[in-house]
Amino acid sequence: MAERLLTTARAIAEAIAQEMERDERVFVMGEDIGAYGGIFGATQGLLEKFGPERVMDTPISEMGFIGAAVGAATEGMRPIAELMFVDFFGVAMDQIFNHMAKIHYMSGGNVKVPMVLMTAIGGGYSDAAQHSQCLYSLFAHTPGIKVVVPSTPYDAKGLMIQAIRDDDPVMYFFHKGIMGLGWMAPNPRATGPVPEEPYTIPFGQADVKREGSDLTILTLSLMVHRSLDAAEQLAEEGISAEVIDLRTLVPLDKATIIESVKKTHRVLIVDEDYKSFGLSGELIAIIAEEALDYVDAPPKRLAVPDVPIPYSRPLEQEVIPSVDRIVQAARELMAE
Amino acid sequence: MALSRETLLQLYEMMVKIRTFEERVAEIYYEGKQPVFNIAAGPVPGEMHLYSGQEAVAAGVCAHLRPDDPVTSTHRPHGHLIAKGVDLKRMMAEIFGKETGLCHGKGGHMHLFDPELHFGCGGIVGGGIPHAVGAALAIKKRGEDRVAVSFFGEGAANIGAFHESLNLAALWKLPAVFIVEDNLYAISVPKTASTAVRSNAERGAAYGIPAVQVDGQDVVAVYEAAGEAVERARRGEGPTLIEAVCYRFRGHFEGDPEHYLPEGEKERWKQRDPIVLLAKQLKDQGWLTDEEAQAIQDRMTALIAEAEAFARESAYPPPEAALTDVFVQAE
Ligand SMILES: Cc1ncc(C[n+]2csc(CCOP(=O)(O)OP(=O)(O)O)c2C)c(N)n1
Ligand SMILES: [Mg+2]
Repeated sequence: MAERLLTTARAIAEAIAQEMERDERVFVMGEDIGAYGGIFGATQGLLEKFGPERVMDTPISEMGFIGAAVGAATEGMRPIAELMFVDFFGVAMDQIFNHMAKIHYMSGGNVKVPMVLMTAIGGGYSDAAQHSQCLYSLFAHTPGIKVVVPSTPYDAKGLMIQAIRDDDPVMYFFHKGIMGLGWMAPNPRATGPVPEEPYTIPFGQADVKREGSDLTILTLSLMVHRSLDAAEQLAEEGISAEVIDLRTLVPLDKATIIESVKKTHRVLIVDEDYKSFGLSGELIAIIAEEALDYVDAPPKRLAVPDVPIPYSRPLEQEVIPSVDRIVQAARELMAE
Repeated sequence: MALSRETLLQLYEMMVKIRTFEERVAEIYYEGKQPVFNIAAGPVPGEMHLYSGQEAVAAGVCAHLRPDDPVTSTHRPHGHLIAKGVDLKRMMAEIFGKETGLCHGKGGHMHLFDPELHFGCGGIVGGGIPHAVGAALAIKKRGEDRVAVSFFGEGAANIGAFHESLNLAALWKLPAVFIVEDNLYAISVPKTASTAVRSNAERGAAYGIPAVQVDGQDVVAVYEAAGEAVERARRGEGPTLIEAVCYRFRGHFEGDPEHYLPEGEKERWKQRDPIVLLAKQLKDQGWLTDEEAQAIQDRMTALIAEAEAFARESAYPPPEAALTDVFVQAE
């Protein structure tokens, strides 16, 4: 039978629909998630299928409805809230940081907050400083939040179902550039095979998206696609890059990372989040702690160089890692 | 009080200026995005929220403002900034992401800052409302007669910042004017599905703020309500809220499929195009001929063509400029 192909957006919407069918407690809240189907299509078709009681368009009241998701979750529902762009987290940060993340711990493990907060991330299309950030590091830094960052339609579906069934609060970050939207820059990897039946992908399992022997590229989200393109170019130059898709940051699959580093002895981290005090530094710290003797060159990292995302195209392209820059960094790493 | 011919013509010209600017930006926006729409392509990439249809609000309010009166705006800021008196060249250049733009290409269409006009805006809904409160606080502390104005949508009136700001402004009796542009929708969500009260003017009472609802398609109604509010604020009598009921003629953003709109709704609203309404009023009074209207249009078209040429001819900032301006440069 021919494989069924879906965009990432469709895969996410299908995962949610299947869980809503399976579990009455699941419902969705967010801005423009009903008739519009979500600005990035993650809730397409849900309103038609489940009606406005379970697919609720909210006012622009993120603190209110994300806080309400927390409250509904503690009462045994399984809400999915959509924060339209991660950049808008600020208006709801107290609910996310101090409540969603901490209630289970503060209650001594007695209260559960089984909810999913899904949100769009990423730049590269000139949406500027308040609509282009990734910020997953910020949430991974906060104890108590599971952090999921898929890169393919297949992973997106399995990780979403896992997230909905998880008893902890999960933040689920989809990059706009991987959704397969007709109005974004075309990305062939945004469409891929997705089984029809429900399936889960356990958290804490990185995926080796391409095997290699000369260097390890640790990456996630849209940067997986860029890294795979770079790896192809590098292969032509005789450099064999292993591309590891982290998939979840909390929990983080340290074992796969360390194993790869022990094999290749060289590490490049490709991250679309801010550089300092975040994911790339954390990964290098883990490697220093657990595999220092195995690395033959100082690890390299490509990330946004600690500036807000600028609007103008040449400025934005300067700060977001590109295929060319990944290739360049890999070459430099091999020359060390 | 009947408005003078001169005032009405000024309002008319401003509204035509805004409309012409917006419709030209829309044309430019689609360059490079056809036949296949790609938001990242063309001379003006990114999201584009235009103000066509709401011109009477910006024009009617800003006619009372001086360059030193602070204004905070939204993700749909062009009309407010034009009405405030911006240099169209630098504004257009910013929309093109050029070095000569208001923000040297770092801000773009949603993040336009003009300190000379005390103007700021941003892409986070409701984000500008507290800034107007703070500007008004600064004005009051210094004993000045300036007034701070915040424009925002009816959608923004459901976010905490709106409610906290109204309370602060009333509590501290600040020289602030809050303008709710009720264009019936927040992206696809109609006000009836987002707001428990019928009108945001009703909410003024909860904070002890005088509030009025006006027809936002009628520039005279807006002008009169705003005049009273601004004068009250300048006299030190505290804040006012004005709700102007209006409509987006181009959807939420360019590329909005608008399949959530009830059939015929937009066409009905276009029957009450604020520019057409004012033109008719002027003509009925014998204050504007077709030739004069055309001359105004031609003048505005030329102005905007000049701004566009300036923007196109300007250079992009050098890539390394991305790394500056995070912090103030030491002299
Ligand atoms: C805090 C926040 N939430 C959501 C958004 C996404 N968003 C941008 S504009 C908009 C609708 C705003 O509606 P309204 O305030 O009525 O202004 P209008 O677009 O109608 O001018 C939304 C939901 C945002 N930018 N910021
Ligand atoms: Mg609105």
